[in-house]
Amino acid sequence: MSSVETIIRENKSKGVDTLIGYFPAGYPTLEASVEACVAMCEAGVDVLELGIPYSDPVMDGLVIQQATEVSLATGFKIREISKIIKAIRQRVDTPILVMSYWNPIIQYGVKQLAEDLVSAGAQGMITPDLIPDEAAEWLQISDEYDLDRVFMATPSSSTERLAKAANSSRGFVYGVSTMGITGTREDLDAKARAVVSGVRDSRTSTPVCVGIGISTAEQVSEVNSYADGAIVGSAIIKAYNEAGIDGLVNCVRQLKTGK
Amino acid sequence: MSEKPVLSSQNGPYFGQFGGRFVPESLIAALDELDETYQAAKTDPAFIAELSELNRTYVGRPSQITEVPKFASLAGDIRVFLKREDLNHTGSHKINNVLGQALLAKRMGKKRIIAETGAGQHGVASATAAALFGLECVVYMGEIDTKRQALNVARMKLLGAEVVPVVTGSKTLKDAINEALRDWVTNVTSTHYLLGTVAGPHPFPTMVRDFHSVIGHEAKAQLQAEHSLIPDVVAACVGGGSNAIGIFHAFLDDPVRLWGFEAAGDGIETGRHAATLSEGKVGVLHGAKSFILQDEDGQTIESHSISAGLDYPGVGPEHAWLKDIARAEYFGITDDEAMQALKALAETEGIIAAIETAHALAGIIKFGSSLKPGSSILLNLSGRGDKDMETVGKYFGFIGDTNE
Ligand SMILES: Cc1ncc(COP(=O)(O)O)c(C=O)c1O
Repeated sequence: MSSVETIIRENKSKGVDTLIGYFPAGYPTLEASVEACVAMCEAGVDVLELGIPYSDPVMDGLVIQQATEVSLATGFKIREISKIIKAIRQRVDTPILVMSYWNPIIQYGVKQLAEDLVSAGAQGMITPDLIPDEAAEWLQISDEYDLDRVFMATPSSSTERLAKAANSSRGFVYGVSTMGITGTREDLDAKARAVVSGVRDSRTSTPVCVGIGISTAEQVSEVNSYADGAIVGSAIIKAYNEAGIDGLVNCVRQLKTGK
Repeated sequence: MSEKPVLSSQNGPYFGQFGGRFVPESLIAALDELDETYQAAKTDPAFIAELSELNRTYVGRPSQITEVPKFASLAGDIRVFLKREDLNHTGSHKINNVLGQALLAKRMGKKRIIAETGAGQHGVASATAAALFGLECVVYMGEIDTKRQALNVARMKLLGAEVVPVVTGSKTLKDAINEALRDWVTNVTSTHYLLGTVAGPHPFPTMVRDFHSVIGHEAKAQLQAEHSLIPDVVAACVGGGSNAIGIFHAFLDDPVRLWGFEAAGDGIETGRHAATLSEGKVGVLHGAKSFILQDEDGQTIESHSISAGLDYPGVGPEHAWLKDIARAEYFGITDDEAMQALKALAETEGIIAAIETAHALAGIIKFGSSLKPGSSILLNLSGRGDKDMETVGKYFGFIGDTNE
């Protein structure tokens, strides 16, 4: 069974909130991104979502856009992703899911990347602009390499599509909380609850975690009350931008424990 | 020969290996709704009648065919016929697609349209349709393009649209599309994304092509009726590819050569160009698999062209397919070749073309002499050059930097 899924289930049975934290690889430099990721894991994220920067990130708001632009400008290359994963893996056991838009992956080679992820110690991939309908190659290769694959379930998805997203996913399915791109929002839509219950109605056993717009400890614990975990990105990067590693660590601790 | 597949009946989602829907799940419901609405409208006599009446009374269709013998003589012993899309209301072919999609937006009950624009022609056409149908309209335009096409920004504002300058990435068309997609992901229930070319996820490449295919069908009939000929070559400039596919489509299954001209900017060898079909590699950008200017990591490479409407590192999937199966030929034309051709048509025939269109004119001058004497070329004169007068004036020194 997927280690991501195992951790999510264990947290649930212990009554502990699950926090999935995003950080872009190579931001602001390769070494600094390793330090930031390790610090996030040590401060309490249950799953690390490691972003591969991309020139045209249409699901991302300004905070993540600006961070990934910096990473690309300082020369980030995908072949360095294994090095980054290995460096993190040497210091922490937290499961790592790589988040990437689809074009960088097909240029690198889906199979090649799968092989690299396995040997570096990552658990799978989150693919925001790949729907299961277009994912034949990735479905096959992720089975072959026993990697997690996370697809999106959104407020606009039909009942059939919610089921398709959930059944195609392994690790968890990404419940999109609101119609929109990454960033921080004051109020989380009631729509997030509908997505989660829609996924559950499809009688899938895949956990459903909720992301997009989550920025406060209250939101994390609220989401955990009806879903299997909360995903936070922009708020963590903002904290890092404002107060470095200390800011990031404080932010993650607060999100995870509510204190 | 009778085994030949019928190329013109090919519809998305895929053209060979190209096309598809590589977009966030958030947009799938809207794409499905659009596809269903379009499929129903396409065969609905009321929709067909409404669109063709608008085309006649509002756009001024059919656009005329003009033979340009003096210009043709620059390219050798050939005949050149221009399909005058520049004479359409709003000044380019873009209006054909915009009216079709605006009618669909109304059918879907969407009160707000958003659009991307490069040269500003698609933005102007969208703002025009919004005014006509009483829709709210937001146009995303790269900041660089808002400067080089300032006149069109003023037109859009006058028509009541909001123009949002995009300051991320290369600040041109590619980034305007990114911003429009982000808006659409956020406002998808109230908003129709009125995409302005044959790129993007299914159904856009097929639907936008269908709305523009009137260009080729009219031209084919007009050449038959007025000149009793079938052209040897059909030519057009290629940005995303909408005016080119619009004129190609009626000829796909005929023994006619298809020439597409993309922007070679400062020259292919300089790396500063937008020649996607000549120099790109297969990948995914803005929702479809096609040829893309990209590095080995799949990061999009910024394109360069004097023409805002061709300054795009992607291209529609149907063109990728037509290149792949060697049905159409694509060539790069530099900034300077295009500018000289623009001047040549103005001087010889009294027609001022858009800089985008001038790439096709230059292609005729460059390759026309390779044809058999007496050959005829049908060229899509996709737009007029009024919007480009500042760039043209500076290029040729008509608008001096020295103040007199
Ligand atoms: C006059 C004109 N021709 C051509 C183009 C290029 O677009 P496409 O390749 O979709 O026809 C534009 C785009 O702005 C344009 O304004």
